[in-house]
Order: sequence, then C-alpha cells, then structure tokens
Amino acid sequence: MARVVVDVMLKPEILDPQGQAVANALPRLGVNDISSVRIGRRIEIEFDGEPDLETAREIADKLLANPVIEDFSIRVDEPAGDSAPMSA
Amino acid sequence: MRIGVVTFPGSLDDGDAARAVRIAGGEAVRLWHGDPDLHGVDAVVLPGGFSYGDALRCGAIARFAPVMESVADAARGGLPVLGICNGFQILCEAHLLPGALTRNQHLHFRNRDQHLRIAGTATAWTNSFTEGQEILVPVKNGEGCFVADERTLDELEAEGRVVARYTRGNPNGSQRDIAAITNAAGNVVGIMPHPEHAVEALTGPSLDGLGFFTSALRYLAGSAAGGQLTGGAQR
Repeated sequence: MARVVVDVMLKPEILDPQGQAVANALPRLGVNDISSVRIGRRIEIEFDGEPDLETAREIADKLLANPVIEDFSIRVDEPAGDSAPMSA
Repeated sequence: MRIGVVTFPGSLDDGDAARAVRIAGGEAVRLWHGDPDLHGVDAVVLPGGFSYGDALRCGAIARFAPVMESVADAARGGLPVLGICNGFQILCEAHLLPGALTRNQHLHFRNRDQHLRIAGTATAWTNSFTEGQEILVPVKNGEGCFVADERTLDELEAEGRVVARYTRGNPNGSQRDIAAITNAAGNVVGIMPHPEHAVEALTGPSLDGLGFFTSALRYLAGSAAGGQLTGGAQR
C-alpha cells in the first residue's frame, strides 16, 4: 500500500496544555513516574500509485503543519510483515 | 466606501461584521469564500467563526479558499484587511501576520466582556483611537492564545506593531497579553476579541468596537484624498 505517514508535533518550546492535562490525570491511574506528556497528530496519506515523499513533504509543509509552532516528520509506511505491529 | 465581509463555510460573525460596517457609515459588501473576485471593495473584514469546522487547525483550510488568494495579494498591495478571531487565525495561517493562535492555556472556551488597551494607532483600523485608550469588547475563543518566538515578539514590540493588549486579566494566556497585531505596513490587523459585537447599546457592552470600522473609513477617505493619515501603506 502506498501510504505515507506524517507526524506533526508542537515544537518543544510551545506549551502543550492538552498534554499537561493528560499528564496531570495520570496519578489517578496510579502512574506517578511520568515527567511529561505531549500530544501530536498522525496523518496517513494514501497515494494512488507509488508513495511520493516530495509531494507528501509539500503537503505537510503547506497545510498539515504550521511551521510557526509545529515540526513534522515523514516516512513511508512499510506494509505489515516487515515489522510486526505490536498488539495491544 | 465599500468594505467587503467574507463568508466562509462555518463563519458566524459575518452578519455582525457587515452590520458594524453599516453602522460606522460604510457600505458592506458580502464576499463568498469560493469567489476570488473582490468586487472592487476598498477594504476586507475576515469575520469570526469556525471556518471549515476548524478542521486540522483554525484557519488552516480557509487560507486556501479561492477568495483568500485575492485577499492576500491585495493585502500585500496595501488593501486594509481586518481579521477578527477566526479571521486573525486565517491571517496568521496565510503568513500575512506573524505568530500563531493556539489552544487557550487553561483549555476553557472564554466568553466574556474584555478590557483592552489600545497600544498602536498607526494602522488602517485603529487610527480613531488614542494611544493607551482602554476599551471594552466581547472576547469569545477556545484557541486565542497568541504565540510567537521571542525574536518575533521583540520585533513586534520594537516596531510598535502590538495594536491592543488584554488588560484587567488575560483571557487565554496570550504572550505579552497580545490581543491584536498589525503587519509592517499597518494595513493588515488581526484581533482576537470582537469589536463588531460592541457597536450598539442594545447588544454590546459598549460602543467601543465601532472605532475599528470608522478608522478604516477615515483611512480610506484619507487615501482617496491623496493624504496619508497613518504610517500605513497606500493602495
């Protein structure tokens, strides 16, 4: 499958109040050894043919991420089998 | 003077913005997101709301609407553009203004009457105010926290491009209490609170919002007369 995965994260210096809210809730689960939680966004792009990383990069740069506050990374999603996904 | 008000899918305050233009003495011209033609307007207001459902990020998709290409080109040429709330977010996403608007620091939607201090009057939209004047207008946002890197913030301050600051309480955690900024030319202004909701005694907390719209009319009258009212760009 021609899938490209784009991960978008707030830049480290940008406050993430959502992540903080999640981190603050963790003690209620009995988890006390977490120092930070940050929340990002994963976007999956399906190409009709071969995955085109350059196009994906352009999409990410112009639309998916706001470079003022966010960083992104891009990778081709390898078909299952190469690396077995972890089951929950 | 003809002031265009753009309607995107999800715009909420386009009606109030058009009404504010009329009360200020201008002619409101309704513009449509899918129509790149600006119909010869003298200025444009990008209203508040949730354009395209705020999908992805506030303003991120509206930026690519056909009308926005024309607005961006005209803004670079000196057309007065006011972005209110979602309109401010769109102007940042379109890189017509620096910085970005992020989730309120306390994660709550804030809806209240808000005191602002006018910090910059050399713009097409604030020349009717006096420096340091305190005004009261509604604020209503979930993602109104203005952020930019330190260098950009310092630049905005040094160049007098902070147009208004929150006073008597910062509703969303915006850096340096910034509520409104302008571009270097002074023709493009983005403001998070809602001046268009403070133009009539019946519905608003004050009439202070009217000043933004009368400023634009005054600026345009000055431009038409060949004078230069503000430090802003000429069309």
